[in-house]
Amino acid sequence: MTEKKKGRGKRIVSVVIGLVVIVAVLALLQRLVMPKYMGDVKEGALIGEYYDEEKDFDVVFIGDCEVYENFVPATLWENYGINSYIRGSAQQLIWQSYYLMEETLQYEKPDVIVFNVLSLQYNEPQKEAYNRMTIDGMRWSTSKVGCIQASMLESESFIEYVFPLLRYHDRWSELEPEDFKYILGAEKVGHNGYYMQVGVVPVEYIPEGKILGDYSFGDNAWSYLDKMVALCEENDVELVLIKAPSLYPEWYEEWDVQVEEYAEAHNLKYINFLEHTEEIGLDFSTDTYDAGLHLNLYGAVKLTDYFGAWLVEECGLEDRRGEEELSNAWEVKLECFYNQKEELEALKEEEF
Amino acid sequence: MEQLLEILSDLHPEVDFEECDTLIDDGILDSFDIVSLISEINEEFDVVISAEHIIPENFNSAEALYALIERLEEE
Amino acid sequence: MLFTSYRFLAFILGLFLLYYVVPKKCQWPLLLVASYIFYAFAGWECLVFIGATTLTTYGAGLLIDQNHARQKNYLAEHKADLSKEEKKAYKEKQKNKRFALMVVCLVFNFGILAVLKYTNFVIANINGVLQMTGSENMLSFRNLLLPLGISFYTFQSMGYLIDIHRGKYSAQKNVFKFALFVSFFPQLIQGPISRYDDLEKGLFGQHAFDWQTVSFGLQRILWGFFKKLVIADRMLIGVNALIGDTDTYTGFYVFLGMLFYALQLYADFTGGIDITIGIAQVLGIPMQENFNRPYFSKGIKEYWRRWHISLGSWFTDYLFYPISVCKPMLKVSKFSRKVLGEKIGKRVPVYAASIAVWFVTGIWHGAAWNFVVWGLGNCFFIMLSQECEPLYEKFHARFAVKDKMWFKAFQIGRTFLLMCSLRMLDCYRDVPMTFRMFSSMFTDWNIGEAVTVGMWNLGLGVHDYVVLAAGTVILFTVSMVGRRGSVREMLAKKPAFVSIAVFGALFIATVLFGAYGMGYDASQFIYNQF
Repeated sequence: MTEKKKGRGKRIVSVVIGLVVIVAVLALLQRLVMPKYMGDVKEGALIGEYYDEEKDFDVVFIGDCEVYENFVPATLWENYGINSYIRGSAQQLIWQSYYLMEETLQYEKPDVIVFNVLSLQYNEPQKEAYNRMTIDGMRWSTSKVGCIQASMLESESFIEYVFPLLRYHDRWSELEPEDFKYILGAEKVGHNGYYMQVGVVPVEYIPEGKILGDYSFGDNAWSYLDKMVALCEENDVELVLIKAPSLYPEWYEEWDVQVEEYAEAHNLKYINFLEHTEEIGLDFSTDTYDAGLHLNLYGAVKLTDYFGAWLVEECGLEDRRGEEELSNAWEVKLECFYNQKEELEALKEEEF
Repeated sequence: MEQLLEILSDLHPEVDFEECDTLIDDGILDSFDIVSLISEINEEFDVVISAEHIIPENFNSAEALYALIERLEEE
Repeated sequence: MLFTSYRFLAFILGLFLLYYVVPKKCQWPLLLVASYIFYAFAGWECLVFIGATTLTTYGAGLLIDQNHARQKNYLAEHKADLSKEEKKAYKEKQKNKRFALMVVCLVFNFGILAVLKYTNFVIANINGVLQMTGSENMLSFRNLLLPLGISFYTFQSMGYLIDIHRGKYSAQKNVFKFALFVSFFPQLIQGPISRYDDLEKGLFGQHAFDWQTVSFGLQRILWGFFKKLVIADRMLIGVNALIGDTDTYTGFYVFLGMLFYALQLYADFTGGIDITIGIAQVLGIPMQENFNRPYFSKGIKEYWRRWHISLGSWFTDYLFYPISVCKPMLKVSKFSRKVLGEKIGKRVPVYAASIAVWFVTGIWHGAAWNFVVWGLGNCFFIMLSQECEPLYEKFHARFAVKDKMWFKAFQIGRTFLLMCSLRMLDCYRDVPMTFRMFSSMFTDWNIGEAVTVGMWNLGLGVHDYVVLAAGTVILFTVSMVGRRGSVREMLAKKPAFVSIAVFGALFIATVLFGAYGMGYDASQFIYNQF
């Protein structure tokens, strides 16, 4: 080997090592500056938790906060032996729900997919921060790409989803201890996608819904519901439409009619829980943590119990509590669930 | 040539114009000097140096400048 | 397409790859296609204007060049049978033809530029006059589109045309090659205004991939982005705040704004030029430098030889000299010497040409009186320093301070502050406002309040000032080191890991500390009600 060749070889080695180090530093920085959603805004962490699961669910919920705040998979398991998971995220828009459904179906074929119809009201992308909370947690797949393209606002760039460092780089100046603490991995926030709240804020008044000029849902929103229906048919999964019993934002009668008609036309089951609050036994002076927007744990357990019975009856779901492996897994989950419940309740006591 | 050197040293007494051949490249003559130079030359030699002749090659040394003057006188 | 957009980055990366993959013959056609694509992003309508300039200049250049050749041939053929007078008459006739061709082309192209850029300025002035005369009728402003880079490509093309007329080099025969010279995309945003003979060889040559050149080019691009994103765009927040509220930000704030703007402008402009020259370098095309550490100038004349060099030299070659040494001016000179005496009379052509050049330079920078005053202000100080020359000499003969470090530092500081003060004219709304703000620097003593409270309310936090300070230190250091030669070459001589570490750190710093993207506002990420 001549001296020159040797020099060049050394150079190439340095360049390669150098590039590896630079990429590693950038990767680490990216993890550092990305929001961890471990503080007050835990909702952003929910979507990513699905991938750690044993994906063998009977029921998968898809939708916005009205699913992950109002349904408790632990209750479905305890009371009915139904193994369920919630793929919910803050202001999940309907195309995001569709792509999450598509992605979920790549992993597993549940018996029932439950979709909360509130997001039909949005025909266009809304807010970048919520896009982020739904999309950043997704693993890379064609579904994620589709989801990004459908969700992006004009001010957003695809590449900022590929390299979130480009989006969050400004956070370098406002890093918090949790950013360092969770740089390599976050703590679990949800219980099979349920985000537990034990506070009680009674409903005092219900704001009157604004009068809208046009109550019909947008074409874009409908088209994604069509796609969901088709996708479920293709995969032989039953699609159930629900409207959670949140008192507001307003769910207009005119909207309800449209969904009812749609469900009938496509042979889908649709329950508007707002019409069943008495049967469910919801008491809005104790069962909500934010004055009617979302149920707290106590309300959610009631609702889930009601829905579980409905699922067994209408969809013929079987009790799987006999399956040993699954039971064992749930045992661990339930322990975690009740531990957090105790913790939060203790905290609540302290506050008063 | 004598005449030209005289004009030049009037402009910059501190420069040795017989030796220096980087008058432009080293920024010894600036645009103001060049314009004064051209009007002096116009007076003394009765030749018109126009803008197109103002390139470093013609102004870098007294010699080059003199060659330019001679060339223009012939025309 | 802005330099600092993802689209532009994708565009140049794609181009770089293609450039070294296609057969070398196709390199310049590829650049032409790329330039027109780049240009089309600014709007299809703009293509008409650049197309018109390209074709008219190409045609006129070719005709003038052919005339040169014809004259040469004719004179050679008839060497024997023409008298000296006949030859002279023939030459004169051809010369006039060429001159007419050039003038028509100049008028056409500068005409386009003038109409598009200055119509509204003229209308505003006419309205001003009408208002003074008490007229109720006002002209309405026109909504004219200003094609991307029109000032730059017009000047570059007209420089070419004048050079052809002067016989400096022969015309480009290939219209597509000429189109590339006019539209070469990296230059369209901020210049520089290149000369055809500087660019020709690089632009149309065939370039093999050379790692050294390409990596130097990439390094320069990165350095440009660092300057633009980390320093300029962050500083811009402060600059806009300071000049946006003239009621609050007087006194010391004006001084602060002056310094901030000096930094912002320098980082933005030289950063842009770094990106431009860097791109050209990656493509194997050498380009003239446009800056030479201007803030280290010891005098205003020197400053203008070191700041935006290509514009200054354009004006010198194509405006200052033609005016100052043209025959009528020589006559004026003779006359004024007789009337005003040798000393003063001698200066008439120089000063007349300077005033014209600086007026045009001013208006070139923007269609407003601010810029005219700015240009003439520069001219005034240049003349003043010229006139003070004998005084300086006397001073230096008396005191031996000329070579002392502190004296040089004083000169540099003085020049810097003078240039900063003049530059205020392009910050504030109009000329009276600028003077008001300038004088407030000496009357409003609010330095205490500004430093303790005000400067922290400009939208820049402690961390921003830290980044800016660090960025400025880096900028200054690189500038100082750069006096001894190319910093990239110095680094390349060191072991490979040194360059990698330096440019890796620069890249990471740019990505992390750059002021780009939509910014992060934690409150947006607060979950509310959905």
